[in-house]
Parts: sequence; structure tokens; C-alpha cells
Amino acid sequence: MMGTPAQSVVSDDIENLRHHAYRIRRNALLMGEVQGQGYVGQALGIADVLAVAYCRQLNMRADDPEWEGRDRFLLSIGHYAIALYAALIEAGVISADEIDNYGSDDSMLPMSGMAAYTPGMEITGGSLGHGLGIGVGMALGLKRKNSGSRIYNLLSDGELNEGSTWEAVASAAHWKLDNLIAIVDVNDQQADDRSSTVLNYEPVADKWQAFGWETWRVDGNDLTALVEAFDQAVNSTSDKPRVLICDTLMGRGVPFLESRDKTHFIRVDENEWSLALQQLDEVYGISAEEQS
Amino acid sequence: MTARPRLKTSAMIASIAAEGQATTSAPFGHALVEAAKRDERIVGMTADLGKYTDLHIFGQQFPERYYQMGMAEQLLMSAGAGMAREGFVPFLTTYSVFASRRAYDFICMAIAEERLNVKIVSALPGLTTGYGPSHQATEDIAIFRGMPNLTIIDPCDALDIEQAVDAMVEFDGPVYMRLLRGKVPRVLDRFPDYQFKIGKAQRLMAGEDALIIASGLMTMRAVEAADELAEQGIKVSVLHCPTIKPLDTQTIVDEVRQHTGKPVFVAENHTVVGGLGEAVGALLMREGVCAEFHQIGLPDEFLDAGALPTLHDRYGISTREVVSKVAGIVARKS
Repeated sequence: MMGTPAQSVVSDDIENLRHHAYRIRRNALLMGEVQGQGYVGQALGIADVLAVAYCRQLNMRADDPEWEGRDRFLLSIGHYAIALYAALIEAGVISADEIDNYGSDDSMLPMSGMAAYTPGMEITGGSLGHGLGIGVGMALGLKRKNSGSRIYNLLSDGELNEGSTWEAVASAAHWKLDNLIAIVDVNDQQADDRSSTVLNYEPVADKWQAFGWETWRVDGNDLTALVEAFDQAVNSTSDKPRVLICDTLMGRGVPFLESRDKTHFIRVDENEWSLALQQLDEVYGISAEEQS
Repeated sequence: MTARPRLKTSAMIASIAAEGQATTSAPFGHALVEAAKRDERIVGMTADLGKYTDLHIFGQQFPERYYQMGMAEQLLMSAGAGMAREGFVPFLTTYSVFASRRAYDFICMAIAEERLNVKIVSALPGLTTGYGPSHQATEDIAIFRGMPNLTIIDPCDALDIEQAVDAMVEFDGPVYMRLLRGKVPRVLDRFPDYQFKIGKAQRLMAGEDALIIASGLMTMRAVEAADELAEQGIKVSVLHCPTIKPLDTQTIVDEVRQHTGKPVFVAENHTVVGGLGEAVGALLMREGVCAEFHQIGLPDEFLDAGALPTLHDRYGISTREVVSKVAGIVARKS
């Protein structure tokens, strides 16, 4: 059965998460500005999910990213690295000083996410369709070690095109990996066109459910709904792997990017970065003095 | 006129052992069991080919450490990477064709780029089945030689496999090993000084008329050929080079220099494109070593289906064909 998140989260929590999400978006825009480009549309879209994951859900130690008892967060989609860096900065794993080095030579923040470069980046995900399979192996390994840690894997709707993803989906259910939580960012965008046009995978939730996963579909930009869904996924007593299918809006939080004719790789002209930051502040009702 | 008996396709049950040859059953599976008794990090994972890669021996002994991942080679490699990330030493088995052709990106990005401690052990390398191109991994070494960080091993016999398993466990990093499975010949026991070491080529036989550098089952053929050639008065050195990458450049160059003016053969159970032969050829060019260079290997084509003995003769990798080629070239020079 697909869960329906109830609206019972303490509003203080949500207000805190809202600030975290704002700063994740802001970090991503600042990094985008450094290079004059980047997957900022995805970063803005997934910021709320990352805020809940990194600022509420994950059992982790910011000063010890390889702590054995941590929950592992695998980023399948290497091009979302800018979003994860923004979250790792907000969570205190990476220093905010690194923003200025984003995508530069010898930076610990390369354009595509690679495990060897970045504290907190668990896998190298530039080639899509790897993350969930690695997650299966890690989840099996954690069980062998009798560890209570969980594997979270953020993948994208476009990544569902990769057959290897479905090998992993089937395997996780077979092995009853109740310590594996997949998060699918459904923004209906991929390189050539809308995901539904390139290769339609809707109804996405039905497919995961049919493969034996406990499935939630939520508005990925609704913090209350996300918190409820994460809680239900974590607290479920079933022996199934769990998936949160999150519908998100590319560019969320910056109205002129939300309404821009969508592409996988949003163009932001040089003079528009400050406009983007300004619009983000307006959306959040935060003044320049407050955030500085 | 009596019709010759038709040989049947030796396929799934193909054995490379000659009649009457000493063999060991499933040396990989038994060696892994012994290693796993000493090292709790070892787990076995397969893609629906446990019985056909001798991993079932391990699975019977350690059912809790044996993971059947289904017919999904991409997942096999990814899940192996995940296991290694959690501190285990996974031995992954499938056929060489599937590891190389189907799962390349998954080995490359999930395992090799991270230098993870994953051991890929794959059966039916080169021409060791009569099933035709779907199962004949004639180009797996060519595919994998381009992958940074990956160690490539092509062992010769049961003894080599047993020693290689221990060496792989000791070695921290990704390894691809070509597997001879089932009843595997034992031929290296006659060389008491021989000990498999990753990255080392070792001379098995000494002779001044020619040098054969060989890997995998072609070392077996080279040794048999050297015996037969000796009866014809031709003395041949055999250098066994079971590690294709990293190549033991020093030993190879030294051996070739010791055979200056004599023909050098590289024998491999693999296409002549991109395997040991071309690796040695390029090495000699880089080192400025001039040699009369010959390749014994499979042609650059999709091979026929059929009986293995027939095919080994047809494609020039049977002992008889090696003897004939070496004798012909040595005779031409003298």
C-alpha cells in the first residue's frame, strides 16, 4: 500500500528545515555563479529533500564523514553534485570556504561527484545506473556486520531508463533489504527532453511497488510531507526496501528559473546570478542583511 | 573407407584436459574455501553461474557468505563494489564474456576507479567452449587492458589457480582472473621452484633455439610443445607470464635479450589483437629490443562453434600446431 503522509509535524521543525533548504539553495547558486553554469535547476528542485535528509534524518557526524556508524547517502546522479555539496556545506561536513573553489582545478568539489575527491561523497556517480546496485551490496554488507545503519540512495527519474537500476530494484526486494531507502527525484527532465517524452516510466510508483518495495509518493518540495514520508519509511516494520518518489520542480525557489522553458541544463546569464539570489531571498522573505 | 567419428561440440562441459592428464577438480572453489577459513572478509557472489565457475564449492561450505545475485552482471559488479566498501573481499564469478562485454562500465566506475578490493573470476576465457562467439571471450584481455588500476591474471593450471587465489586475497585492489574450471590439468607441479606471484613472469624451461612467452592454458601447450620439440633436437625456453597487467617488463626484456637473434613467440588463448602478444611487442619497441617476433593466438574474427580439439587445431593453439609453427620457423632460420 502506498502511504499518505499525515500533516502532524511540529511547525518549529519545519521552520528550521525551511531555513536549511534556503541556505542549500543559496550555496548552490553561489557555486553556480563561480563557474557561470551548473545543474542549478536540479539543485534548487531537490534542496528540500536534501534539507530533510542532511539536517534531520541522517545519522552522521559532520566532523567524521567516514564514521562507521553513519547512515550512507549515495548520490547516483553525479551531475547533482552541486546540490549535494550545497547540503554537505549546510550540514557542516564541508567548509563554506570551498564554495569559491567549485569546479576549479584541484578543487575537492569537481563538477561531477566523485568519491575520492569529496568528504561525504560515498560513491562516484557520473555514469548513471550505478548507485542502487552499489547500495544493494552495501546494504548486504551492513547486514553481514549486524549494523543498524541505513543506505539512502538518491536517484533521478531519468536514471530509471538504465536497466541496471531495475536489476538492483529486483535484487533489493529479493534480499529483503529493509535497511535500503531509495529516493527518486521526479522532475520530468533529462538531457534531451522531458523524461515522460524521452522514455516514459510513469506510473513510477506502481513499478516500484510491483517489484516489492514499500512505496511513498510525495511532493518533494513540501517539507511537511517529506518529513512524514521519511519518518514512515524509517519506522516501517516491514522487511521490504523502501522508496520515496519525490515530485520536484526544477529551479524551485527562483521564480524566473522555475518558469524558464525547461532544459536539463538551465542557462543562467552572467547578470542573472544576482537576480536569482535576490529572488530566492524574496521567496523566503529573507533580507540581504539577515542572510549576511 | 571408414568414416571418422564425428566429434561433438564440447560446450558447457568442455574440458581442456587431455586424456590421461593429471587433473584437479574445481581448484578455484576448493582454494577459496581454504582461504575463507582463514579470512572472514571473503564472500562469494555470482550471477547465476555458481555451478559453472566452481563457486558452488564455496557456497556449500559457507552458505551464509554466498550471494546468488541472479542473471544480472551489472548488478553483480555494483553489489561487489558495495560489499568491498563495507570492508569485505568479494569474489565475483560469471563468464568472461559477460564480465567484459556486458559489465565493463560497472567494473570501471564502481570498482577500478575506486581501487576497491574486488576479485572478478570468470570462466570460459578465450577458446575454452565450443558454444560459439556468445560464450567465447576471445577479446576480454584486450577490453580490460585499457582499464587503469585493474590487475589481470591468466593462470595456466590447477596449481597456478590455487596459488593465485591466495595471492589475490593478500593483494589489496581489484583483480580480474581468467578461470579454468571443472577438471583442470596439473602441469606446473613438475617445476618445483615455481610459485605464482602477482606481476611476476617466471622461466619454466631453458633452451637456446627459441623463446616462447605464454600465459594461461597456452603455457601448458608451450611446455608440451617444448618437450616434443626437444625430441626433434630443438631447444626452447618457456617463460610463463600469468600476470598480463602489470606486465613483468624486466623479466621479459631480460629473457628476450638472452635469445638475441632467435625467434620469440608469444602464445595466448586470446585474439592476437590487444592481448599479451601486443603488450610484449610494444614493450620490446619501447625498450629498443629488436627481436624476430611471432604471435600464436586466436585470429581477429568471430570463431566457429564446434568441438574444442577441432577448434584448437583449426585456430592454431593446440600443442600440435604450436610444435609445427615453432619447428617451421626455427628450421627456416637454420
